[in-house]
Amino acid sequence: MKILVCVKQVINPYAKVFPDEENKIVRSNNARYSINPFDEIAVEEAVRLKEKYGFEVIIVGIGSLDIQESMRRALAIGADRGILVNTDVELCTLVVSKIIAKLAQEENINLIVMGKQSTDGDHSHTGQMVAGLLDWPQGTFVSELTIGDDYLKVVREVDNGLETLQLVMPAVITVDLRLNEPRYPSLPNIIKAKNKPLNKINFSDLNIPEHTGYEEIRYDSPLKREQGIILSGSEELVDKLNLSSMVVK
Amino acid sequence: MKTLVIAEHNNISLSVLTLSVANAISSISKTFDLVVVGSDCHEVAKQASQINGCEKVYLVDDPEYKYQLAENTSKLIVKLVKNYQNLAISHSTFGKNLLPRIAAQLDVMPISDIVQIKKEDIFVRAMHAGNILATIKSSDTIKLLSIRASAFPQIDVQSDSAPIEKIDVVIQNNQAKFISMEYPEVQRPDLTSADVIIAGGRALKSAENFCLIEELADLFGGSVGATRAAVDAGYIANEFQIGQTGKVVAPNLYFAVGISGAIQHLAGMKDSKIIIAINTDQEAPIFQVADYGLVGDLFEIVPEIIKILKK
Repeated sequence: MKILVCVKQVINPYAKVFPDEENKIVRSNNARYSINPFDEIAVEEAVRLKEKYGFEVIIVGIGSLDIQESMRRALAIGADRGILVNTDVELCTLVVSKIIAKLAQEENINLIVMGKQSTDGDHSHTGQMVAGLLDWPQGTFVSELTIGDDYLKVVREVDNGLETLQLVMPAVITVDLRLNEPRYPSLPNIIKAKNKPLNKINFSDLNIPEHTGYEEIRYDSPLKREQGIILSGSEELVDKLNLSSMVVK
Repeated sequence: MKTLVIAEHNNISLSVLTLSVANAISSISKTFDLVVVGSDCHEVAKQASQINGCEKVYLVDDPEYKYQLAENTSKLIVKLVKNYQNLAISHSTFGKNLLPRIAAQLDVMPISDIVQIKKEDIFVRAMHAGNILATIKSSDTIKLLSIRASAFPQIDVQSDSAPIEKIDVVIQNNQAKFISMEYPEVQRPDLTSADVIIAGGRALKSAENFCLIEELADLFGGSVGATRAAVDAGYIANEFQIGQTGKVVAPNLYFAVGISGAIQHLAGMKDSKIIIAINTDQEAPIFQVADYGLVGDLFEIVPEIIKILKK
């Protein structure tokens, strides 16, 4: 069995971001980039399946060569090898999904595990799109995963609570925060990861057209809320907002 | 301009989220059609037909669609949407699960978490945990839109109803099977449409202590929310999580109780009309978005507020 895991590199999710003066680029003062936190959980889950069942875990990264840092981290967690699809063009999630779908077919993948969203774009598209392109079943926002002979059982975190589905394989899974807690890779594993195979291919060699129907034309900061006031205590709060009038009898 | 809205429902009643979606879309498409996919869901179709601006409701009613799983529902929608220029759905877990899968089959880039519609091809969406608003121009021939319900008021419903057209297209789902669900009984209003929300953080210290939050919420007929930390700690179930990866809410009144205000939590609540923060740490980032702050121990302050309100 082969598992494919996708990793994206994002601006540190705790960093402050803002548009540049022309409103064309999103910037950050402390522009540290790291693996998308959801993708790290996806890697951890795949590696746990590998440790239990001996699957092969393949990491896919799409973007500039900088993404190697996040891919090496995934290899240090325990993935076997990587495929880096190199491009300096900012690709929309539809094109990214086409790349992943194509690689999944070429590599005869049985299971794709991805983060449920990236903390920069916040789209929550790619897993569902890959599943749609391949016509595979999907388990999104997964917080529990068990694997059977030729099926998967997933518990999904949905707006009303939890939902359990059974999926035939091959399938696509997108993971939520509570699925696992990613390990901290040990120093020997970090060193070992440097020698694991990381195959680079060019996006242009895949013959997938760019999508022209979607353009982010400007970025703005949301309106700032006005500075509030600190009140002396509960009495003042209740009086000030006339909270008593809001009490339901 | 023809628009199709996918109704969100539980086979019994229409979700109020769909009323916000309809309102959002009405700014570019005065009238629209709705599609109700489910099983034994005729009552939902009736409710949908009374939405102001609804011209027609498609009802696709078959046991095969009972749980509205994405595999076959997406294929059904792809068939139905052929003559439309817009397809709209709520940016709930239902919409997030379904819309991108439809988009892939139509070869279209969906536009998700829309907080503002500027023109028929210009949309504003939130990214980077709500710290960036991106303006999107879409030239796809059909626009696939998922709407942040809390950013739009609910549309009116009327007594007149639009015609309901039954569609007999059954697509099997041999890939995914529904096993079970754990939906706790809802006694309070839905978070995404609640007027008052009392949210608790890790400082609540235990599941038992969340009854303080509940008691205050019930005084206002409001809802209970929580931070990721409180959910992770097991104080409360996942469906109460507010934030970048949980629900995004915008009530009239938001109480942040024992919440420090991580970026990820602020993403889910900073568009609330009035924010009240109660926290021991005056430097906590929550006070930067709060309109009113009380610095002190929540275990003293909240019971005090309850006591005054009960007088």
